[in-house]
Order: sequence, then structure tokens, then C-alpha cells
Amino acid sequence: MHLAKIIILSILDALAVWSATILFTEHKYIFLSVLIIVTVIINFVYLSKKTYALRYILPGTFFMILLVVYPIIYTVYVSFTNYGTGNILTKPQVINQIENRYYLPEDTKDFNFKAYKIPDQKEYAVLLENEEGKLYLAIDEKVSEVTKADSRFVDQNNDGTIDMIENYEHLDRAQLFKNLSVLQNLEFFWNDNILKMKSISKFSLYRQQYKYVKAEDKIIDLKNNISYFPKEGSFTSPEGETLLPGYRANLGWENYLTLFTDSRVSGPFLRVFIWTFEWAILSVLTTFVLGLFLAILLNDKTLKFRKFYRVILILPYALPAFISVLIWRGLLNTEVGVINQILNTLSLQSIPWLQSVFWSRFALVVINLWLGFPYMMLISLGSLQSISGELYEAASIDGASAWQRFKFITLPLILVSLGPLLISSFAFNFNNFNVIYLFNEGGPPIVGAQTPAGGTDILISYTYRLSFESGRGADFGLASTVSIIIFMITAVITWFNFKYTGALEEVKENV
Amino acid sequence: MYKKQDKKTRIFKHIIIWIVIAFALFPLVWTLSAALNPANTLINQNLIPENASLKNFKYLFNNTQHPFPIWLWNSVKISFITSFIAVSMTALAAYPFSRFEFRGRRNGLFVILLIQIFPQMLAMVAIYLLFLNIQKVLPAFGLNTHPAIITIYLGGAIGVNTWLMKGYLDTIPNSLEEAAYIDGASKFQAFYRIILPLARPILAVLFVLQFIATYSEYILASIILNSNQKYTLAVGLHLFISDMYSNRWGVFSAAALLGALPIVILFMSVQKYIVHGLIGGAVKG
Repeated sequence: MHLAKIIILSILDALAVWSATILFTEHKYIFLSVLIIVTVIINFVYLSKKTYALRYILPGTFFMILLVVYPIIYTVYVSFTNYGTGNILTKPQVINQIENRYYLPEDTKDFNFKAYKIPDQKEYAVLLENEEGKLYLAIDEKVSEVTKADSRFVDQNNDGTIDMIENYEHLDRAQLFKNLSVLQNLEFFWNDNILKMKSISKFSLYRQQYKYVKAEDKIIDLKNNISYFPKEGSFTSPEGETLLPGYRANLGWENYLTLFTDSRVSGPFLRVFIWTFEWAILSVLTTFVLGLFLAILLNDKTLKFRKFYRVILILPYALPAFISVLIWRGLLNTEVGVINQILNTLSLQSIPWLQSVFWSRFALVVINLWLGFPYMMLISLGSLQSISGELYEAASIDGASAWQRFKFITLPLILVSLGPLLISSFAFNFNNFNVIYLFNEGGPPIVGAQTPAGGTDILISYTYRLSFESGRGADFGLASTVSIIIFMITAVITWFNFKYTGALEEVKENV
Repeated sequence: MYKKQDKKTRIFKHIIIWIVIAFALFPLVWTLSAALNPANTLINQNLIPENASLKNFKYLFNNTQHPFPIWLWNSVKISFITSFIAVSMTALAAYPFSRFEFRGRRNGLFVILLIQIFPQMLAMVAIYLLFLNIQKVLPAFGLNTHPAIITIYLGGAIGVNTWLMKGYLDTIPNSLEEAAYIDGASKFQAFYRIILPLARPILAVLFVLQFIATYSEYILASIILNSNQKYTLAVGLHLFISDMYSNRWGVFSAAALLGALPIVILFMSVQKYIVHGLIGGAVKG
């Protein structure tokens, strides 16, 4: 056992050292420090006697910290930034990118050129000739004046064309086109200017357009003599023009303010917010009412076929929800769906299940009723069986009607035992992404909304669409802000749940 | 219950139950009908298809543009590996909480309970960005890889399951391990050789529940996986069918039935445990 442990630890450590060298050479210092800390902890836990219990807990905890705890903390961070399309890079990366932009100054010079390349390698040389016939050779990232008699030149057939420069071979026109994409990106620095390809027949002198001044934290446009200062993640001129792309920057509470005060965003957000609550409440209520009702019917031990009924009735719950929802979406298809066909045969009009906000929501509640009532039926059955029959007998002796027995005995007792599960179910449906998104992708769209918010979107699907919907830019910052709001609501619901059930005290007593 | 019901009430009960059964079976019956209908369209579908055949099923297995068998295999593979590792880690984590006295035991258990309250998908943006960064250093664990999505699922592995597992382990008497210690077994051997075999029922239940949950997961898989060969069934089927109902309905129905079958069987095998409530709520809603 000991030997196996030492071997496994050695392999892990070897892997860690190997990864560390890679991370070090790639300058990924954050990853590197995480790696070192994790490796040290692992070694300590599995070698020290004091941490014996931790050896069992560590594997699961490792994944929990890396993929639940850390992402939650990172979500908080992102919610205070403008991270998203157009603001993906860090500030140094953006500065570097902008500083690499060039412009053609008015006093530029053009050169005819011939390109040379070492066969099977990515090494290029360019022989340039200006209007006065002077020759320049750009090779090894350097440019220098040369003469036709240069010792490196080889003119094999003496036709005046230089066929080779050292081991670089001349590229004819066809080869030139083949290598065009590389040639276009060649840059040679030459006295504050940059020699770049301008067209298929010309090289020209370019000049760097932007320069970052570190002391004043600004970018100067050298061509137009304008200064750009950092503002909310973009370099912005006093006239309000920005240099693209922007960079990742801290915005403070900006995203939160936008969500609640910018009417183009807050209006749809409020709709989504309210519907999320309506949806969760309706889901729990409808499934619980139907589930409990069926449970009461099935709890009658003299009922024939009750085992058979039970198995058939839990079928909807047994199917993976993503499949059921996609099936319902087909049945409810407005143009050709089975349900509208049935309505048509009954001489009723087709219902726009996916196009109207009301009918979309209606359909979702029905679908979720279908998905969820078996669960409620199962837990209600379990709970009903624990209610003593004597209570009912006593009540009926006192002359209570069936409804009174339900109202004063069954319901209160059931609510007490199922209360926590109902609250959990509320929390689950609050974030029931699959049903909402797979049915209608959150649609139909809200007219005039600036963000992708649909009529059936709940908070979690709204977050998803803000970040990942194709065709729109991603707004990770705002999406994370919505996530944080869901986090807080979830925390409140859970707190309520614990308080309601005293579960926390019970947990602390029993562990 | 305590009074003879009259015949009318009885029949009335059966009628109501049959109405709900009709509601429960309605989509399933139509799906079965569409799967067997070679017309492959929603338009003018009849409940009983003319010329019923297995054409749609055959098409599923010979479609290179939408490789259904690969999606199904990906889902099964990912779910199996995730569940196996998750259950192993859960058993390991629950054992010391059930048996050993150590500092931070109560708080540790408590923290696990608190953290698992927040669904992992809430942090989807952060998870996506994390793997975007990992990709630059370690492409084998980056976006669009199965190791990445399995790792993500493992993050939520210990949580409520640890509690269920601990509850079960608490019912196994300590004397078994003490006897093993006397025979010279180490602590880990006692756990591995004595306790684990006894905990087989709960291990099986947790495995099945984790399998179903992983198999049905859509949101994180859709964020991480982005190529036809890597999709899980949930992601693949959604892309396959959305907005294409009028001309892929039959094939989709066949895929839905095949994709649902393993889960229905697994589910039925553990459904009696759901009566206890907590377990099911941890997976579905």
C-alpha cells in the first residue's frame, strides 16, 4: 500500500514539475502558482499522519474547489468588468495590438521588389529597387543598401535577373501568389519606418501610427496628433472617439446600475425577473396539486390496478427532460403540430404556441406539469402513507366531511413533511433552464429589447443568452451580474428553507 | 379507506386516473407513431401510420451529417466515467465523516452542504472562461474536449451525495472494522474490503442517479462542446431538430425513443428510492 502511494505521488510530482516548466516558459505565472500550491498540499496531505482523514476527502474537494467555488468567485469578479465581445483582451495586449498599426505617410517611398525564399523553409528575403534605381536588400529582419555586384547574388543564366541570394531562391509570379499571405505580413524596420508590402508589385515605407506613453497612460495618434485616454475599457479621445478593440477593465457597479436603471436593459430584465418567479410558483403549484390529487386516489388500497397505474403515471418523469421538451415542441408546432391539427379538426383556430408570449408561457406550464407531476405524486404517496388512519377515523366520528378531512388533516400534515421538498422544487424550477430554453430558446423576442431577452426567458436562460447566443456579441460582464443576482435569490430561498425546517440545527446536532 | 365507497365514486376515480394517463401518454404515443412513420414529417401525421417501417431508425445509423450513434455513445461514455469517478470520490469523502474524529469534521460537512446549494450552471460564464484559458496551456483539457466536460461534472460530484452516503455508512456498525483491525488490516483496507462491499446498494443508487443527471445535462455541455463529433445527445438532438420539425420529425422521434430507453430502464430500477424524497429532488425536479 505504501509503495503504491509513493509511486503514485512520484508520478503526480513528476507531471507537476513537467507542467511547471512549460508554464514557466509560457509566463503563465498565475497557473504556475496554483499548480505549486496544489502539488504541495497534495504531498503534505498524503505524507503527513495528522491529515489522515483529509486523504479521503481531498479528491472530491479538489474538484469542488476548482469547478464550483473558484467559478463562483470568478463570476463575482467578472460581474464588475466589461468582459465580453470587443473587450476580450487585457490592456497590455490591446496596447501592443494598437501600437502595431501603421499608416502610409504622404512622403512615402515606393519600391519595386523581387522576393526570395529558402526552399521548404519559412525564410524570406526581399530585393528592393527605388525610383532612382538604387538597390536595397531586406534580409534577416535588416535592410541595407547593396549593389548589383554583391557577392551574395547569383545570376545563373546571366540575364540580369538575380536568381539566388545565398540559399534563397527567386520566387516567380506564380510562387509569389502562393506565398502572398506570408509576404503581406513581412515587416522590416528601417530608420523609424516600416517597410511593408503595399501591392503585388510594390513595397512602401510605412510609419507607426500609435504610440503608448506610459507616464501619462495615453495613446498618441502620431498621424493626426490626437491623444486617447483610457475610459471604461477603451482608449477614448476627448471628442469621444474610441480605438478598437477595447480591453478588459473594472467598471465597479456599472453593470448593476445598467441592469436596474438603463431602461432599455432594465425594462426587459424586470419582465424576465417577474416571470421567473411566476414560472417557479406556477410550476410548483400545478405539479403539486395534480400530484397530491393522484396520490390521494392511488393511496386507496382497495383500488384496482393501482400498481399498474403508478408505473404508467411515473413514465413522464422517467424520460430525460431534454427529450420530452423537444417532443412537446414538435407537438405544439404552430403550423404543422399535432395539437393544432386536432384543434383544426374540431373546427377551432390554430394557437400560436411559439409566437405569442401568453401561449408560450401557457404551454411551458403545461409541459412542466407533465414533466413534474409524477415526482409530486411519488413524494405525496410516501408522505400519505405515514399519516395514521386513526386521525381520519376520529374525524369521521366527529362527522367531518371528506373535504374537511382533507383540509384539516391531510393537507396540513403533508405540507409539514413536504414543505422543504416544495421549496427545493421551487429553487429547481427557478433555474429550470432545460425546459425554458429547449422549448422556445426563451422566445418569442421582446420587441425593442436591447439585450437578448425573450418573453419566456427566465434569469438563468437570460444569462446564457447574454453570453453564448450565436449571432450576438457576448456580454460576460452583464451575464455574470445576472448570475450573481440568481445566487443571492438562491441563498435567500435556501435560508428560508433551513429556517422553515430547522434543518441547520438538526444537521449540526447529528453530524 | 374506512368506509365502503359506492360504485359511482369508484368508477369516477378510474375515469379521472385514465384522463391523466391519457395526458401522460399523449406525447409518447405520438412519438412512437412518428418514429414508425416513414413519411418523416409532422405534416398531416396520423396516429396510426400507413406503411409503418423502421426506415427512420435505419436512417439514424447511416447519417454522417448528424452522427446520432456517436452522440449517444458520447453521452453514455461521459455519463459512465463521470458517475464512476463521482461515486468513488463520494464514498471516499463520506467515509471519514462517518467514522473518524478529526478537527473541522462538523464544519467540513456543513460547508459541503452549503456549497452544493448553488447549482454549478450559475457560474457558467466563469467555467467557460476558465476552460478558454486552460485551452491555451493544456489543449487536451480545453474547450470542446470530453475530459473538460467530465472534469466540470465532477466539480458537483460530492455534495448532497456525500450526505446520503454518510447516512448509509452510519447504519453499518463499527464493530466490523474493529474486527478487521484486530486481524491486522489497515484503515484503508478495512474501508475498501469491508465497508465498500456492504455499501453496494447505496453506491448503485448514487451511480444511477448521477448517470441520469449527467446524461440529461444540457447547458454546460452546450457551452463546452462545439463540434459534431464531440456533442452529447442532448446538444446534438437540440441542434438537429430545432426549426426542422417539418422535415426531420420521424427521424427525431426514433432518436428520442432510442435515447430515452436506457434512462427509462435505469430510472425504473431506482424509482422506489424516490419515495424517500430527498434523493429524487437532488436530480430532477
